[in-house]
Amino acid sequence: MSTDLKEPIGAEVPRDRAKRLLAGRGRFVDDISLPRMVHMAFLRSPYPHARIRGIDTSAAADMPGVVRVVTAADLADVVSTWRPLHNRFPTMAAPEQGVLATDTARFQGEAVAAVLAATRAQAEDACEAIVIDWQALAQVGDVATALTPGAPRIHEEMSSNLAFEAEVVAGDAEAALANADHVVERTFRFHRHTGVSLETRGILAEYDPTERRLTVYQSHQTPHQQQDLYARLLGLPEHKVRVICPDVGGAFGVKHHLYPDELAACAAAVLLGRPVKFIADRVESFMTDVHCRDHEVHARMGFAADGQIVGLAIEDRFNAGAYGQHPRSSVAEGNQITRLTGAPYRLENYAAKLKMAFLNRGILGHIRAVGHPIAAAVSEALIELGAKELGRDALDLRRQNYLRDSDFPLTSAGGVAFERLSFTQCLDKALSLADVGAFRQEQAALRAKGIHRGIGFNTFVELTAIGPEYYGEGGQHISAQETCLLRMEASGQVRIHIGTTDQGQGIDTGIQQVVAGVLGIPLDDIEVISGDSALSPMGGGSWGSRGAALGGEVAMRAARTLRLNLLSMAGFLLQKSADDLDLVDGIVVDRQHGTAHMSTADLAKIGHFRPYTLPSDLPSDLTVTARYASRDRMFIAGNGIQVAIVEVDTGTGLVRPLRHLVVHDCGRVLNPLLVREQIRGGVVQGLGSALYEEFRYAENGALLNASFADYLVPMAAEMPDIEVAHVTTPTETSELGAKGAGEAGLAGAVGAILNAVNDAISPTGAFLTEVPLTPPRILEAINRVAQIE
Amino acid sequence: MLDDNNTRIALTVNGETVTANVPARLNLADFFRHDLGLTGTHVGCEHGVCGACTVLVDGKLARSCLMLAVQSDGARVETIEGADASGRITKLQQAFHRRNALQCGFCTPAMLLTVGELLRVNPKPSRDEVRDWISGNLCRCTGYQAIVDAVMEVSA
Repeated sequence: MSTDLKEPIGAEVPRDRAKRLLAGRGRFVDDISLPRMVHMAFLRSPYPHARIRGIDTSAAADMPGVVRVVTAADLADVVSTWRPLHNRFPTMAAPEQGVLATDTARFQGEAVAAVLAATRAQAEDACEAIVIDWQALAQVGDVATALTPGAPRIHEEMSSNLAFEAEVVAGDAEAALANADHVVERTFRFHRHTGVSLETRGILAEYDPTERRLTVYQSHQTPHQQQDLYARLLGLPEHKVRVICPDVGGAFGVKHHLYPDELAACAAAVLLGRPVKFIADRVESFMTDVHCRDHEVHARMGFAADGQIVGLAIEDRFNAGAYGQHPRSSVAEGNQITRLTGAPYRLENYAAKLKMAFLNRGILGHIRAVGHPIAAAVSEALIELGAKELGRDALDLRRQNYLRDSDFPLTSAGGVAFERLSFTQCLDKALSLADVGAFRQEQAALRAKGIHRGIGFNTFVELTAIGPEYYGEGGQHISAQETCLLRMEASGQVRIHIGTTDQGQGIDTGIQQVVAGVLGIPLDDIEVISGDSALSPMGGGSWGSRGAALGGEVAMRAARTLRLNLLSMAGFLLQKSADDLDLVDGIVVDRQHGTAHMSTADLAKIGHFRPYTLPSDLPSDLTVTARYASRDRMFIAGNGIQVAIVEVDTGTGLVRPLRHLVVHDCGRVLNPLLVREQIRGGVVQGLGSALYEEFRYAENGALLNASFADYLVPMAAEMPDIEVAHVTTPTETSELGAKGAGEAGLAGAVGAILNAVNDAISPTGAFLTEVPLTPPRILEAINRVAQIE
Repeated sequence: MLDDNNTRIALTVNGETVTANVPARLNLADFFRHDLGLTGTHVGCEHGVCGACTVLVDGKLARSCLMLAVQSDGARVETIEGADASGRITKLQQAFHRRNALQCGFCTPAMLLTVGELLRVNPKPSRDEVRDWISGNLCRCTGYQAIVDAVMEVSA
């Protein structure tokens, strides 16, 4: 490991950006106003599936404050349609989508027309005056119906509603299951929910026709991706398109896609030559932010008599919603499930099938921990069932089957390269923090009093920092490389320009720490400039836990170059070898004796104002760049285990989380404070997934709970304190050794809660496989068993 | 906005007297944000559940998305901008910063005003009392623990 990775790398440094947010001085998209700005509101389909026979906008156009009413036809000359193709999945159907529906609306909330007016309220008033001649069509709301021959077709251009199917095979799972001494089998259901950023999606687009210049302020994770998309879809020169992501009020994957309404706002700005603002309200958010999960997984796991897992077969049926998600497509969640189920275990015989359908529902996309919570929950529930079947201790059974140090590196049965993972070490650490023996005694004592507590373990793999091949081969313009530009000002202070973005997770601070540590200048002398496609070098933004691993690595490389230049300048000026000098706290010192010679400010002044005093061939650039594009790997895998203790009220079905523990391995930790808080936040989102969050639909397909009053999210009173500990196995794919950490909390929490609830109610004989674990589901499961008995 | 149907209101906002002609349907959060430029008050749901728009009206916590601007006539209102400038929440702000009790920061101004009020009425709350008090303020990033820790630190 490199020796120049010094403090503050690894220190608990609080975030600079937090200060303005704490003072109410944050700047979110809706806080920005521009001269001549108009507000955009959308008329959205109230039907999940309907023909649009006509649109009459005449009354709306006459309403107070209205500047323009637009339909798809009005924007057709300004903006193109798209298809979310992915060349790695060439058989995937990718029907055409546009900014506004033309003749058919395919999900409730799909935008059909829009009003541009002086105020948002006036725009909404006018939307109510648009008259649409609807013809409701039969709607399809579940995969089984969608894939039945003769089912109503969602896209007429397709012969069925099947969007994609695929298979992952290693060994012969069917034969192994047929010969297994014990087979456990269940069907699991994970219902649909979404990411719920507290700041809704929002955009402010400004267009200057004289220069064909589009400037977009957007609550988004990936400014360069949006710059590329807007340039191509609007037919504008890319270098005149600038996407600025100011403070972003939570994203969690919701905000790294192309949204039709946001593109429509850009198109309207081009059409009008005036700034256009669109801020989604909460109902629009629930209906049109990408959704996630909504999977049914049938799984069978076979064991030999000695407990060895001999085979695993899963079938995942899910849906994309009404369209593919652009530009990433909608396959990934199912793909991750087929790649990750059973991943912590030695597994030779594995078969995974997935089928993805189109439905008349909102679009499913990539939300935090894509597929992970499902893969882990299914695997770890099967292990628990297997242990029961075998009469074994489930932790012991895990230990027996975990991939071991001697197994690495390997390509898993699911086809993912694992460099080195630390399952046994994480379990050991978890057991040192959670006294299972004492819990079991307490559990037994409380059961005698009618109190049902349970403990749940969930081992997980976390795929982070995806490499360039996935989207590169896929044909998407999604950058998985990072470039960092460092510029030292004449004061010796440094600006870091980088393509990763910060939505609150704090990656700006992590990168600032890397540069401070490598360069040897104080943190306060460094600022990160991110989230601006014109100012930051082309990069991927922040998603899929890539910031620390990729942004950190490239920042380290750039800092090394700048440091070399500074020391070579100092060496020349001091007539010493650069090798004998060091940079500490912004001062050039003698490496051996620590004698101070000059400051970085002295060097920067010479570099900027008196460069003629240095030899022309001396490396002395004070603005440097570095680039990091990983090769020959799809992901950097991390891992961990979560332990949940819950109490289930078997009378009401209510679950109370009592204690939660995470042991996590993300390699080198740049900032333990920020990693810990990322994980805690992820766990609480996972508890939401496990216990509360679920979209409910009426029989006619209408979304019933598109409000915070009806869609439950975790609030402070229900949540436990969460302990976080680390095992450290640095990745050797980079010099920094950092893996991602953003998925872990959510990835592990769902299965931990599922197992804990099933443990708590085990005396009833019930075993739940449907998430979220709502009180009615828990009571029904208990009652079902009671009736059988 | 000049409109015959508007209502004239006068109120004190962060210690300053403000007069305005407002439409009856304008809510207080939008009045702060759009008319007064006080963008530290955030709007997360517009139906009084998420708590992001919380301000102090006559010394009491109120959801500014559920109040109409016309209802604030004669009131004394404080937003995050006023609380920040007054210095009365400085210790909380510092503890939130140190403990990373915020990530995206969207819930944070309202959260600070809310826990500031808790410490005024209950200077030594238990952890459960803190959790209970903030259970009307949605934070989607932190998982709440660091917020509780920060409040406990300041109350100690």
